[in-house]
Parts: sequence; structure tokens; C-alpha cells
Amino acid sequence: MNRIDQRFATLKAQGRTALIPYLTAGDPAPEYTVGFMHALVEAGADIIELGVPFSDPMADGPVIQKACERALKHGTRLTHLFAMVREFREQDTETPVVLMGYLNPIERMGYEAFADQAQAAGVDGVLTVDMPPEEADEFGPVLKARGLQSIFLVAPTTSDARAGTISAHGEGYLYYVSLKGVTGAATLNVDEIDAHLAPLRKLSDLPLCVGFGIRDGATAAAVGKVAEGVIVGSVLVGQIAACVDDPAAIAPRLKDILGEMRQALDA
Amino acid sequence: MGLPHPNPEFAPDAGGFFGRFGGRFVAETLMPLILELQEAYESAKQDPDFNAELDALRRDYIGRASPLYLAERLTERLGGARIYLKREDLMHTGAHKINNCIGQVLLARRMGKQRIIAETGAGMHGVATATVAARFGMECIIYMGSTDIDRQQPNVQRMKLLGAKVIPVTSGTGTLKDAMNDALRDWVTNVADTFYIIGTVAGPHPYPAMVRDFQSVIGREAREQVVEKEGRLPDSLLACIGGGSNAMGLFHPFLGDEDVRLIGVEAAGEGLDTGKHAASLQGGSPGVLHGNRTFLLQTAEGQITDAHSISAGLDYPGIGPEHAWLHESGRAEYVAVTDDEALDAFKTLCRLEGIIPALESAHAIAHAIKLAPTLPEDHVMVLNLSGRGDKDMATVTEHLADELAAGAPAADAPAQ
Repeated sequence: MNRIDQRFATLKAQGRTALIPYLTAGDPAPEYTVGFMHALVEAGADIIELGVPFSDPMADGPVIQKACERALKHGTRLTHLFAMVREFREQDTETPVVLMGYLNPIERMGYEAFADQAQAAGVDGVLTVDMPPEEADEFGPVLKARGLQSIFLVAPTTSDARAGTISAHGEGYLYYVSLKGVTGAATLNVDEIDAHLAPLRKLSDLPLCVGFGIRDGATAAAVGKVAEGVIVGSVLVGQIAACVDDPAAIAPRLKDILGEMRQALDA
Repeated sequence: MGLPHPNPEFAPDAGGFFGRFGGRFVAETLMPLILELQEAYESAKQDPDFNAELDALRRDYIGRASPLYLAERLTERLGGARIYLKREDLMHTGAHKINNCIGQVLLARRMGKQRIIAETGAGMHGVATATVAARFGMECIIYMGSTDIDRQQPNVQRMKLLGAKVIPVTSGTGTLKDAMNDALRDWVTNVADTFYIIGTVAGPHPYPAMVRDFQSVIGREAREQVVEKEGRLPDSLLACIGGGSNAMGLFHPFLGDEDVRLIGVEAAGEGLDTGKHAASLQGGSPGVLHGNRTFLLQTAEGQITDAHSISAGLDYPGIGPEHAWLHESGRAEYVAVTDDEALDAFKTLCRLEGIIPALESAHAIAHAIKLAPTLPEDHVMVLNLSGRGDKDMATVTEHLADELAAGAPAADAPAQ
């Protein structure tokens, strides 16, 4: 069984909500990423989403765009990400890792070369932000053949018909984008999210995880009441941005923030 | 080159693909929006009232049809092909960009959207968008790279005068591609009331086909006009290419006429071998950006690189997917000319025809200067003069400072 499915099965048995942090690989520099991943797991992460830096992250807000720029300044590339995951797996063989990014760097490497190396490194899933299921006919099977799960986004504007198509293609979990807009934007309405998730539950057996807009223990706990998982990105990446000149301070801060969310979710 | 011959009737397919190029490579947040747009556009296209209003605005507001002008002194000087200029520079706002904006703003109104957003590089698309937004009483937000704002001040002032808000984009390299990223971000954040007017034949389906359709008025007119003047179809068509909207507008009605040569002119900047250029087809490789698969300027790792051209309007690291397809299938030819060649052509047209062309259009003229002398006198060439050059005075003055100071611009590049 894929590590992602395994993890959700365990959480379900325990009656707990998945906590899924996102970091852009290579931010603020490549040598820190693996340490951050371990710190996140210590603070209670269930799955790690590792961002592949891209020059033009159109679906992300300024916080993640800046993270991409910092990572790219250090020359972070896909081969480095595979090395990071391999190193992470030397100590942690259980926590699922999902690569999240844009299609162009993957196309440039080649679908098969990418999937071979991702599998060998110990990656479990791939979320290609700018590849809706309509465009996934070629890449999806390449991933599947290597046991890599394709994670897809669902938006508040997604129709029921589309949500059906997406969940038919999707594996692992559905990433529900809780706000209309880009990552890191402001407000959050839990009732509205609940209303949107209800029809999705009828269409899909996949765990529903909500991302975009989760900032602290309180927002995590609120969303955790209506979803199987919460995804937290910009608030963590914002901490890295605040500490670029003092990288030693980053891991403790990441642990504080994620730890508070873990506590709030498990309370 | 082994690909099926492009048939204008069947491109793009239902998924927005021209061969392997095009498509809808967008995040799920955008997908419902472009599906809604596609449906609205398909319905508007069939609606006689929509088309009648568009035709009336083309005639009375834009000033169409644009003339097809025989450039006699240029033709005589080059001593070869007869060169006709399609005078898009004479249209309202001074370039072809308005053809697309007027169509999209009518569609926005039909969809009940009251807020218009757009990206702009040189500012010509921004000015055209601000113009139609003012005409229809809509709010208008223009995203423009901070680098471009510095070098295109007159257009920034024009947009503001027309009531648009110009938002400087500092992310990335502060140029057109970054402005497009921010416009896309605005769109997904303001879904309910906002219409995004993309300025070129790129982006997710249906934009490449829709912008082409609105620009194809150029080619349809040129076809009638050249038949009227010459009694036959032209032998070649020539147009400059950044994203490729003026070229696609001229080419499209001729795609099925296999004897008509289609030639697109990219910006070679400081030279194709210097890395400082904007020639996506000749100096790039296939990839995915801004919602479509096409040729891009990129690194070996798939990061998008900066384009360079003296002309801000050609300064984009991608190209419309239909051009990528015409390039691979061999139906159209693509060449490139450098900044210096474009500047020489700019001077030549000023002095021989009394027309100050946009630096973008000067790229097409530069290639005509190379090509025309090699062709017979009965060869009929139609060149799209996509815009006028007033906006480029600062750039040109800077590059030609010495000549202008001497009071005698060395205009007569080609020998008598």
C-alpha cells in the first residue's frame, strides 16, 4: 500500500485529522530542506508537501513566489529534490512525501525520467498545479505505473460534474482550495467550506484535505472539524522569509507553529 | 515535416490543441473560468446581434477597414517585390491591439462582468484595453512590469488618462511574463465580476483561438483589398511576432491558400547566438507556460528565461501555440532580425514613405528589406504595419542620439 493511503488509514482508525505542511525545496538554501522536513515530522506532520521551485508560479501568491526566487537563486533543481527526499528517507521511511509544482520543469526532464527518479528517491505522490485532469492522460499513467499517486486540486468554483472527473483521476487525497484565489490570501469561512465539501463526499471516497488560508491552531482546528486533513503552506514559508539572515532560527519556529496546530487538531 | 497539414477549419480541436501545442494547462482555480469563457465565446460567435455590434464598432470607433497601401518608394528602392503595407498603424489607439480588445469587451459585457483586467508589455495592449473599458464604462486594472513602466512612460500616462489603474509588477524580472502572472492571480481572486482581456494569441484555450478570430479582420480585409488592386492573391505575407497576434490575424484567412508564403519575423535582439533575444521559435524549445504548451525561452531545467528586444512589444519568452504548430508543420516560415536591423528599417520607412512605424513593425520591414530584392518584380508582398512609432520616440532617440545631433539621420540604408 502507498504510504499516503497507509497514513490516512491509520489516522482514520485513530480518529485524527491529517496535518500536511508545505515547504518550497531549496528555501532559503538547499542544505536546510531535509532538516526542516525532519523538524516538521517531529512537530506532528503526517504528510510533507515539498514544492518544486518554478520561475513563474502563477497559482501561488507573493510569499511562495519569493520562496521560489530564493531557491532558484541557489540553483535548486529537480535532481536536488530527489537527493533531498533520498536523504530524508535514510531516517524516515514512513512519512509520505508529495512533490508539488508546475508542469514545465517536469516536461523538460521528461515524464518517465522524472517518475523513475521520484520513485527511486522515495516520493509517494505528485501534485502538478497547472495540469488539470483534462491534460493528465499522458503523465498520469506514467506515475501510476511506478506507484506514484496523482493528487489533484478542487476549487470552490469547480462544478459537481468536474469534481466527479477530478476524483475519478485523483488518488491519495483531494486538495480542496479553500479560497478563491492564490495561496497565502486572507480570510477563511469554515461554514462555506463545509457546504462545498458535502457534495464532494458523495462524489469521492478520497480523503478531503483543505489548503490555502490556514494560519494557526484556531484556523487549523476549525477546518479540521470538517475535513480529513489541513494543509498549511504560506505561514510556514513566511517564517523562512523572516529568518533568511538567521537560518538557525527557522526550524524551531516551524516546529512551534506546526506543534500548535497539532495540539489544536488533537484537542 | 510529417505533421498533418494545418486546416483552419479544424484548429484548434475541442481541447484547444493545435497539433501538440495549446491546451488548458491551468490550476483548477482557473479551469471553471476558462470553461465559462469558452461557452460564452462560442455562443457570442453565433449571435448575429453580437457580430453586428462588433462590425459597427470596427467601422465607426476603430476606423476600419485599414488601408492597404502600396509603398512605392520602398518598392522602388529595394528593386524587387511589390510591397503593400496593411496600415494597422492608422487604427484607433495606433495599433492592431484594439481589434481584439473591442471584441473581448463586448464579450465581457455580455457575460455581465464589470471589471476588466489586462497585462501589458509595451503598453499598447494596456492602452487599447483602457480605451475600450472607458468606452463601455467599466473599471480597468492594468498589470505592467516595473521595468516596462520605466521605459514606456507615455503609454502609462495614456492609460491613467483613460481612467485605468496601472499596477506595477515587481515580482520575477518585472516584465511582461510577470505582469501576466499577476493578472492571472487577480483573475482567480476576483472570479465573480472580472474579465481578463489577454492581449495576444497565447494563454489557455479559448484565448489563442478567440484573439486570432478577433484579429483575423486584418487578413480578411487584406485579402479583399489585394484582390481588388492586383486581381489575385498575394505571393507572401510578412508580420512581426512577439506573442504573435498581428501575424496570426493576417495569416489566418490565408492558411488554406498553399501558394501564399507566410513569414513571421521574431526579434533576434542582440543576436540569436548572444542569448539576448526574444525568438522563442528559433532560440527556444517546447514547454508549458501561462496555460499553453508552446515554444519557450527556458533553461535546461525548465525555468523560464528573460526575453530581450529593443521593442518592448516583442519582449515575451513565449509565442502563440498556433504559430508553434505552423512552425513545426512547415506551413509558415519564421525568421529573426536584430535590434540594429530593426532600427535601420525604422529609419528607412520614415525617410522613404513618411511613416514612423512601431519598432515591432520595423522588424517585419527589416526582413522585407532583405527579402524583397531577391524576388521578382511581379511578386506581391503584404506586410502588416501593426502599429505606429510615436511610443518609441524615446528609445529611438536614445539609440540614434549621435545621428540626430548631427542633424542628418543616415536614413538611406539601402544603396540607390
